[in-house]
Amino acid sequence: MMIGLWGMISKNNLIKKLIGMSIFQTAIILFYVSVAVKSETANIPILPHHGHDYSPKIALAHAVSDDHENGGHDDHAGHQAHPVGPKIPDPDGYANPLPHVLMLTAIVVGVATLGLALAITQKIYREYGTLEEDQLLEKVRADDHG
Amino acid sequence: MKKLAGIVVFTVGLILLYGVSSLDDFPSWGTPDSPANKSPLSQYFIKNTIVDTEVPNMVTAVLADYRGYDTMFETVVIFVAGLGIFAVVRVFEHGGASRVVTADTKPDIIITNTCRLLIPLIQLFALYVLAHGHSSPGGGFQGGVIMGASFILVALAWDLDIALKRFSEKQAFICSGIGILIYAGFGLASVFLGEEFLNYGIIHKILPGVDSPEMARYYAMLGVEIGVMFTVTSIMFLIYGLLATRGKMTAGL
Repeated sequence: MMIGLWGMISKNNLIKKLIGMSIFQTAIILFYVSVAVKSETANIPILPHHGHDYSPKIALAHAVSDDHENGGHDDHAGHQAHPVGPKIPDPDGYANPLPHVLMLTAIVVGVATLGLALAITQKIYREYGTLEEDQLLEKVRADDHG
Repeated sequence: MKKLAGIVVFTVGLILLYGVSSLDDFPSWGTPDSPANKSPLSQYFIKNTIVDTEVPNMVTAVLADYRGYDTMFETVVIFVAGLGIFAVVRVFEHGGASRVVTADTKPDIIITNTCRLLIPLIQLFALYVLAHGHSSPGGGFQGGVIMGASFILVALAWDLDIALKRFSEKQAFICSGIGILIYAGFGLASVFLGEEFLNYGIIHKILPGVDSPEMARYYAMLGVEIGVMFTVTSIMFLIYGLLATRGKMTAGL
């Protein structure tokens, strides 16, 4: 993360700054995903659903059917239609899905911003013929005065 | 300047390290008892996605259902990014015929034949990733990117003109718009049936063969993921095309 920040601050070339930004972004994404980890107890946040013999041991061992605690089951009419009814999974048995979702969003937005940033960089290069920041500043100032 | 930047970054890094390691209120790595993992929201998601939506993959369920607005406007962000890149770099050349075909721009026979073999498989895999986003890792964004990569592969192996014959710029923009409209259409359908925007459960009244709101959510999620895939595929291809040709959209690299 700090490498990315350093790249963004100290590098002179715009493309290198963008690389720094990408590293920074990826580091933060990694951090969020690591927040979601529940080591030793947890599985991936996908419930077992492939027939009867597919059963992650931990998830089933922890699985509790405390229907009363969760409440709100009465308004799910479709729930009763199933012969067995889905078991309520134990939260400790699965990794936290929320950070994963947020980071999926962040990755997609990262792609969009990076694409747009590259486009703007390309335009700058076409206009000024350089991507070095100091030369760029000189040329912009010269344009302003002239 | 560089030294100053180095000092600043080093200090910030030290402060962060101090915050992570030596203060007591930062939970240890991977514990199920950390505040993020104990928050009622994520516990609700883990417990109730299968009851509410019949979707085993919680990430997909949260993405496309509980956080439907987020994902919808994320798709819009992609679309706007495509439009922005188009607006920034696109140049139109009316003279035409500026393209010179030389011997070394001819596509290589080994590469093209390998791509002929690979591209159908890549696209099939993209559809698989899309359709199995409910029960295994995957979904609209991932499938869309893979699908977009297959078009980019066409552009790389032959050249962009060949790829544009298959999937022109105009078609790409129309497809990306259609993707958002599909997404918003599912939202609007639930409005007209008497629920909130993007509350898909009610759609079971018009979907044939679906009798419970949960299954309606399941299929509506598949629908919005298809919409997302349309947008992502076409915008990925457009971003590549525009950036690789400096906005000329001919020939390519």
